[in-house]
Amino acid sequence: MFQRLHDPAAPTVTINFEGETLVADARDSVAAALLAADAGHTRTTPVSGARRAPFCMMGVCFECLVEIDGLANQQACMIRVRAGMDVRRQDGARRLYP
Amino acid sequence: MARSTLRFGLCKMHSAEVIVIGGGMFGAAIAYGLARRNVDTVMLDGADDALRAARGNFGLVWVQSKGLGMHRYTAWSRESARLWTAFAADLHDSAGIDVGHRNQGGMQLLLGDAEVEARHETMERMRQQAGADGFACEIIDRKAIRDLLPGIEIGDAVSAASFSPDDGDVNPLKLLRAMQRGFTRLGGRYRSCREVTGIEHRGGVFVAKTAGGDFAAPKIVLAAGHGIFRLAPMVGLCAPIRPQRGQILVTERVQSRLDMPVGSIRQTDEGGFQFGVSEEDLGFDDGTTLAVMRDIARRAIACFPQFASLRLLRSWGCIRVLTPDKCAVYDESTSHPGAYIATSHSGVTLAAINAHHVARWVADGAVPPGFAQFSAQRFNVPATA
Repeated sequence: MFQRLHDPAAPTVTINFEGETLVADARDSVAAALLAADAGHTRTTPVSGARRAPFCMMGVCFECLVEIDGLANQQACMIRVRAGMDVRRQDGARRLYP
Repeated sequence: MARSTLRFGLCKMHSAEVIVIGGGMFGAAIAYGLARRNVDTVMLDGADDALRAARGNFGLVWVQSKGLGMHRYTAWSRESARLWTAFAADLHDSAGIDVGHRNQGGMQLLLGDAEVEARHETMERMRQQAGADGFACEIIDRKAIRDLLPGIEIGDAVSAASFSPDDGDVNPLKLLRAMQRGFTRLGGRYRSCREVTGIEHRGGVFVAKTAGGDFAAPKIVLAAGHGIFRLAPMVGLCAPIRPQRGQILVTERVQSRLDMPVGSIRQTDEGGFQFGVSEEDLGFDDGTTLAVMRDIARRAIACFPQFASLRLLRSWGCIRVLTPDKCAVYDESTSHPGAYIATSHSGVTLAAINAHHVARWVADGAVPPGFAQFSAQRFNVPATA
């Protein structure tokens, strides 16, 4: 759905999303990498369970919340990709207690 | 409802039955109650950069710590807490907003023997001053705390808690919005950016002067928080209120677990935790400081160790409106009949009773029992005493 406009020879890193390996531009935010890879929805809402994906891309809408390396409620648009990062969809609200 | 625009000389004048100065918790609740009683009311609010306790408060409907030294105020707070369920339903009806009210009780956690002892002593004094009227608050042990908060790890530092069945909480931003919207839908006129610069009294009519036009009514309610200090002398009243800063921290949203407010810790209806509540006397500086925020966070983690993994989203400072004895002031002017003041730092707790009894007092002159105790006269110590 999204097409990169800049130099395709930029350095790349690989990250994991839901167990699948994705190749990202090393300068991507996690949200940009997921959109570029057409990864589908990135969370479901706590209220209705509706599927959501990155929207504002600037840290205000909180639609892009994902779990990164085991920690939930991370704003994918505000975090740069790192090699080997393990990213998961966030289903509902973060659980503080089991 | 009669609405008219009169002309006094060259000045355009908007008239009403009652002018309410202040669009915060007190002003909006009283104005809402007046509109509910079909009283033609105009609410004059300040600009967005006005000091607004109503947009920074914690959201507790809280009784257990109110009214030390003045039982009438404890009873008044308790009566409001008991009116709150019906009030929340009424707001939902008129404004279409669920304000997230909960009333299954509330507790204040006590860390260490000194806190338990101090709280116990305060509670005994409140029980004594209440007499036969009663004071429904008790010290509970760790097991009872765990029973009230199932599945939540309680920190080792927690010795006990004081629990009151009358306490609860609400989403304060939704409350303010609901009262203002409900007021408007019931026919009230809300005007923002109308800071009142002067009040005149001519022939039984009050004229509130603003940069956005003048407003005239036979009754005027001063409910403008710190603005009352400047306005009250214009109608022969006084309100010796002072500013006190509180700082609040808000965390990321997580699954709802904390079923009741725990004093300075509560989980909002949207899942975020709020931590407070500090007390600093620094005039009107509404900033935040690292030292105070650190202390607030440390106490929250000492109460609930799991909170150490919560990330903060925002923090703010807010200026409380405090009277000398921390109890509410309600007064009608003797020199300017028809002019009222109403203020307290407990605008959320008292919103229900302000919309009921206080609005009726302004509309019909129906004075609630023991209401004279709320007069600001109590702060005037005679020089000869």
